[in-house]
Amino acid sequence: MALKSQPIIVNIGPQHPSTHGVFRLRVAFDGEVVQDVEPIFGYLHRGSEKLAEERTYTQIVTLTDRLDYLASMTNNQAYVLAVEKLAGIEPPERAKYVRVLIAELMRIASHLMATGFFINDIGAFATPLMYCFREREKILDMFEMCCGARITYNYMRVGGVSHDLPEEFYPALRSFMAEMPARIDEYEELLTENEILVARTKNVGVISPEKAINCSISGPVLRASGVKWDLRKADPYEVYDQMQFDIPTGAAGDCYDRYKVRIEEMRQSLRIVRQCMDRMPSGPVLARAPSLVRAPVGAEAYGHIESPKGELGFYLVSDGGISPYRCKIRSPSYINLTALRDMLLGWKLADLIVIFGSIDINMGEVDR
Amino acid sequence: MDIIYNIFAILEKGIVDGLTPSLGAAVALAVMAFIKVFLVANVGLIMVMVFIYMERRVLGRFQVRIGPNRVGPGGILQPLADAVKIMIKEDIVPKAADRLIFNLAPVMVFVPVMLVFAVIPFGVGVAGGQKYYMSVADLDIGILYVLAVTSLGEIAVLMAGWSSNNKFALFGAMRAAAQLVSYEVPLVLAVVGVVIVAGSLSLTKIVEAQAVPFIFMQPLGFVIFITAVSAELNRTPFDLLEAESELVTGYHVEYSGMKFGMFYLAEYLSAFAFSAIISTLFLGGWQGPILPSYVWLLIKILFVFFVFIWVRATLPRVRIDQVMALAWKFLLPLALINIGVTAVEALLWPTFPWFLAPVNIVIGVLAVWAMAAAFRSVWEPQWKPARLAATPVGG
Amino acid sequence: MYGLGILKGMVVTLRHLFKKPFTVEYPEQQVPRSSRFRGYEFVWYEDRCTGCASCAKFCPLGIIRIETSTEQDPGVGGKYKLEKFDIDTGRCMFCALCVEACPYDALFMGSKFERGSYSRAGLVVHKEDLNKGEKKPSVYYRPHLEAAGYHNEKELSSREVGRW
Repeated sequence: MALKSQPIIVNIGPQHPSTHGVFRLRVAFDGEVVQDVEPIFGYLHRGSEKLAEERTYTQIVTLTDRLDYLASMTNNQAYVLAVEKLAGIEPPERAKYVRVLIAELMRIASHLMATGFFINDIGAFATPLMYCFREREKILDMFEMCCGARITYNYMRVGGVSHDLPEEFYPALRSFMAEMPARIDEYEELLTENEILVARTKNVGVISPEKAINCSISGPVLRASGVKWDLRKADPYEVYDQMQFDIPTGAAGDCYDRYKVRIEEMRQSLRIVRQCMDRMPSGPVLARAPSLVRAPVGAEAYGHIESPKGELGFYLVSDGGISPYRCKIRSPSYINLTALRDMLLGWKLADLIVIFGSIDINMGEVDR
Repeated sequence: MDIIYNIFAILEKGIVDGLTPSLGAAVALAVMAFIKVFLVANVGLIMVMVFIYMERRVLGRFQVRIGPNRVGPGGILQPLADAVKIMIKEDIVPKAADRLIFNLAPVMVFVPVMLVFAVIPFGVGVAGGQKYYMSVADLDIGILYVLAVTSLGEIAVLMAGWSSNNKFALFGAMRAAAQLVSYEVPLVLAVVGVVIVAGSLSLTKIVEAQAVPFIFMQPLGFVIFITAVSAELNRTPFDLLEAESELVTGYHVEYSGMKFGMFYLAEYLSAFAFSAIISTLFLGGWQGPILPSYVWLLIKILFVFFVFIWVRATLPRVRIDQVMALAWKFLLPLALINIGVTAVEALLWPTFPWFLAPVNIVIGVLAVWAMAAAFRSVWEPQWKPARLAATPVGG
Repeated sequence: MYGLGILKGMVVTLRHLFKKPFTVEYPEQQVPRSSRFRGYEFVWYEDRCTGCASCAKFCPLGIIRIETSTEQDPGVGGKYKLEKFDIDTGRCMFCALCVEACPYDALFMGSKFERGSYSRAGLVVHKEDLNKGEKKPSVYYRPHLEAAGYHNEKELSSREVGRW
């Protein structure tokens, strides 16, 4: 005789140590097994798209800093690419190389943070997190030398970047590049073969490649499912078509593969940084564009990049004025979140936290 | 020089002999027992403060940061500041909580752990030709008493989780009921091997039987015991009862003020108690070359706790079904193998000469290797989650 | 052998036990700041400022308030006399777009960040506070200062700090 039971509805509330921001998840549990999931977000909505209609193109760069606040440089880059397409401004060569260098360093910093917090959620009480943050501090120090701030940079401009790389940047970058490969190997030694980590993350939260493509998932989550799609190779922007790097993919699409893909992407980013350093031309870093940018009436442009979380895109429509008529942000975390329910059904509470951590959501992007 | 080694024995003999003429032998012994209980309780609580400080500083150094170093010179008054903070906090009882059980649970967590300290031999001393063991009561069934008394703390966890009227607390309590009860079995069976080798349940006799420390004579038992103790103490990798990132401290989420202080205290007190038990059973207790006996026990206890902190700094958490699989499918067969091998050796070489130690080490390594290879298919299940028809969460 | 992964991890952690901690013990030690650091204060030179209010126009948040005197007419190439120059640093995001906008090199970011106050009104910086403050600007968006190798050593006068 089957027992008649009622599922417990638990509110993994907006304030929780592992929801990576203010995110609310109403889960129906049967014992420890997840039966249904209802994500509720919007706690961090600040109206970025509406505010963008009232600011000039240069002022919107400060808004884009705050979308994915852990990887501000790539947000700036995506937006600035969209405006350059809209207004027809071409940045100089050196600016493109500087942007790629900075974006790859930002990718390393973002993946370090994602990996650190992922392992923290699994339970290794903050130790790999502290090691990852030690390296992230060095990257943030380098960014501070460039533009004076550590999180909301406001560094890229329409037509290039605001400042050239300072003198003290190069020795810092060289020493960072010298010690980083050993540090990534240290993280792998600590974590990759750890039997408990393998048992917690292998075959957990699997998403098949067909389902991933159907849900418009992008970024490391898509690549871990086996789909070899990276915007830096599929639709190259800036100078990525002249860089040599590989795209790591996973086979199984589980949490363990997503972790491995991020570690490998860090190594490939180091390769790109080294190539940028070797090949950087000299010259100006900002094109001669008016400070109040205008675009033709009715012009539309979509500029997208491969941000650390996935495909980040800006769709801009101009009405001939100094502000855009409409700015739509295609944020990767928001789109990746739509597949959350399929990834979570049938797993246990402990796996829920692990799967959520492995998708690497940032609520600033989701809520905009 | 002898005075330092035998100071506690001399004091004991002096007090008993001094009080017997005036009060009678029975009352003098009762006064001595009271003094011993007082001392042991205070030593336990002071050591808890040392443990809390040590954990935070050593964990910080593992994580390339400094632990707390502001309160007092080098931060040694930090646990005192924590204690004062906990005591002056407001005591909030949720409106729908079951008041009697809610108030009773912290007490029931704390008392059994304190009772363990009655049998731990803190050292040995000779006074007036007689050997005095520095324990409150040298029971003949010492280790059996310890195992029985520590099982009482488990019901208190369930009481705390249930009476809080909070779903997260209930989750923690249900996990606790499963985990703590399951790991009692390998815990007890690992001790059986030690008892066979030592020939007695009394803790003092177990220490005296360790010419070769039992960590070498019973390596398999040591591994099983330390794993089971990690699980009983709710320490990583088995700390899913209070998993901060999942359940926001689990079964004691609704407690505040001194009631939470009781849970906190009981956790570190049981860490101290079990570290003392491990040092007594496996590391040779108070034996050691130059320093006094009580100092050696302290060093061994701190070393065992350091290993616990080291494991906590490195390993992630295990999931509940993996925890249960580990207890029943991995540790239990290993414990039974250990008992079998020890019993065979007891029949053939009753005095357990020293060459059995390397033999046991080899057998232990082979057994763990074989069980791990067999267990791997169980440990990494290939199961797919059940495709459930989703019940709507509703409004 | 199964179990080696855990042991390797524990060796890594043990190695870190003997390394020097990465902590900087504030406030006794300070994290070194770069010369371009956008601090939480502003450095303003009144005799360079003409009252053009470009900084107020470029601020994304609109927190700069400038009131010029209506009594005198500056004439061509002259300066307005400023009566009020308020910056609400409580709402400022320190993006330094105002510094980029200033054509006369009159406004700079500072380098200090320890500016606490007990009320929101206390965070509004007035003309008198800007005049009394320390004149050690940051070299953000001022390439001539950076080329001169300046890094907050001494106070700069209004002649040394600008390009014209």
